[in-house]
Amino acid sequence: MATVTFDHATRVYPGTERPAVDQLNLEIEDGEFLVLVGPSGCGKSTSLRMLAGLEDVNGGHIFIGDRDVTDVQPKDRDIAMVFQNYALYPHMSVADNMGFALKIAGTPKAEIRQRVEEAAKILDLTEYLDRKPKALSGGQRQRVAMGRAIVRQPQVFLMDEPLSNLDAKLRVQTRTQIASLQRRLGVTTVYVTHDQTEALTMGDRIAVLNHGVLQQVGTPREMYDRPNNVFVAGFIGSPAMNIGTFDVKEGVVKVGSADVPLERSIASGMTDADSGKVTLGFRPEALDVVPVGTPGSFDVEVNLVEELGSDAFVYGTLKGDTDLNLTAGETNQLIVRIDPRSVPDKGDVIAVSIQAGHSHVFSATTGERLG
Amino acid sequence: MDWLLRAGDDPVHKFLLMIIAIAMFVVVMALILFVVDRRRNPSKWFVAGGFVGPALVLLTAGLLYPAGGTIVNSFQNRNGSEFIGFDNYARAFSEPAFVLVLGNTALWVLVAPLLATFIGLVYAVVVDHSRFEKFAKALVFLPMAISMVGAGIIWRFVYEFKPDQPGIEQTGLLNQVIVWFGGQPVQFLLERPANTFLLMVVLIWIQTGFAMTLLSASIRAIPVDIVEAARLDGLSGFGMFWRITIPSIRPALVVVLTTIAMTTLKVFDIVRTMTAGRYGTSVVANEFYEQSFRQNNAGLGAALAVLLFIIVIPVIIYNVRQMRLAEEVR
Repeated sequence: MATVTFDHATRVYPGTERPAVDQLNLEIEDGEFLVLVGPSGCGKSTSLRMLAGLEDVNGGHIFIGDRDVTDVQPKDRDIAMVFQNYALYPHMSVADNMGFALKIAGTPKAEIRQRVEEAAKILDLTEYLDRKPKALSGGQRQRVAMGRAIVRQPQVFLMDEPLSNLDAKLRVQTRTQIASLQRRLGVTTVYVTHDQTEALTMGDRIAVLNHGVLQQVGTPREMYDRPNNVFVAGFIGSPAMNIGTFDVKEGVVKVGSADVPLERSIASGMTDADSGKVTLGFRPEALDVVPVGTPGSFDVEVNLVEELGSDAFVYGTLKGDTDLNLTAGETNQLIVRIDPRSVPDKGDVIAVSIQAGHSHVFSATTGERLG
Repeated sequence: MDWLLRAGDDPVHKFLLMIIAIAMFVVVMALILFVVDRRRNPSKWFVAGGFVGPALVLLTAGLLYPAGGTIVNSFQNRNGSEFIGFDNYARAFSEPAFVLVLGNTALWVLVAPLLATFIGLVYAVVVDHSRFEKFAKALVFLPMAISMVGAGIIWRFVYEFKPDQPGIEQTGLLNQVIVWFGGQPVQFLLERPANTFLLMVVLIWIQTGFAMTLLSASIRAIPVDIVEAARLDGLSGFGMFWRITIPSIRPALVVVLTTIAMTTLKVFDIVRTMTAGRYGTSVVANEFYEQSFRQNNAGLGAALAVLLFIIVIPVIIYNVRQMRLAEEVR
């Protein structure tokens, strides 16, 4: 059991200008499940591989416990890694795969077998111990990869998108299995994923990276309720948060026909560079459908309705928003969560208002949270 | 008709005959395919016959029929006038001269493929990702482009011997080096059994490039994450090579070994051009030629050819099975 500390850890790939990981500062507590999340190319896998020792650290330090492991060989770091493609040895049986590290380390055979059997029992792999990886299903291979990590009884588990090769249903199932297994074993775990749902459901804390820079660290709730900047706001949450840049006049934000009041403490954070604009974000569920013409509401033309049974989402366009500056994630539409029992038709116009205290205000220039 | 069957020594005549033969082949094939194409709703067997048939006929005429003839021949006396049972085979296994030939062949098959594969593997690993990789690989691969006869002649010069007398210069590279170091020139190709190994050097020289190319490609194909997982598991250097690299490329290793073994079994050109099988260097393929066309002992020659055929069968079966296995793993 150990803590993990990234201290200004930097990785610059040879031949590139911009660091793949830029001055990463991150402290992971003993027994914590930390998820590194971000879009592809954000440096999350590189950070993990630096911790594993598979990637050089060009600046700063990495500690496991109190030990500086920056220049320690991977095998001496007391870690175990689960790879995206599992990286099982195809010429070895499941049992040999799981016990290989111990065999190399010279552990007595009887102990290896006992530890492999224990891990196999936890993971429901007992009957497959003599098979080769080729003869296993994707989910079973994934469990063998987990087993290989568990058998080593390391101080830290590293997992690099271990679920991305499973089908959707199995992914959800395995997600909870891994999370509960980690809680049971109590081993510090660093988990990399590009899937924010995985991050929210599994992590004790989440660290969001973008362009090699750490954006925010916090519990899933903190990340969802108080994103530090526009990037985190747009990345965390599904469907994504509606985000747009609007004019501020006389202390109110002009969203279409609506005036959304802006708290004075927030307004005071604006600078001249913002030229009287703020970036406003509100989640689909922070919108209430109200009768057309209600003061403080704005009109949305319905383009599409997505029904999920328990929920329904309207994808629409803000009336009067001709340059479509309001976006939600990948779409340049506005998303509204509505009552699935009363669903508008395509082409209808509905009026919505933002629930008080459920909007997020960011600087129009820097994208940082105001207030 | 006679004009078509006997070309004599006139090159123009020969050339014309070749063109006529090719034209006839094209016409016959075109006719067959035309007939297959004309039929509406032809049965599967008809189409298959149209395409496979000509190949089958040619294979039968060119391979199966002579093979059968050779097997029959091997039970006959030197001019095929009389059946003598297994006498030819008995002679091949009992007469010291032929036992030596069989022994030499066994030696070739055991040593040459192993050495060529081993050197190719080591070379592939050492050169991989080095700065001169392309150049170094090209250097080893080049001999593949040289015919065995050409290689034999080149190496005969390397081993060339001239007596050490005043006024006589060594033309052989090896002997010149020995003389430079103050030694006495050696008659390399006369000394048994070393001369057989010196001939093997030529085949190894040619085949190492083949082994290196295939093994290098299959080393490259090992997934990076498996190597990384092994590093995390505590492997490096020789341990990585022995426990991860070798098992991962095992199918390729077997294919390379058996393919070179087949080439080795057929080795004829090198022996023929360098020693013509004298000084105790003969192998089965050379002896079969010697008996059939030089000593006019068609029966014994055929028996040797059949022996060669029987020896090569298990190697081919193993080779094909491993290739299938290699495909399955992927």
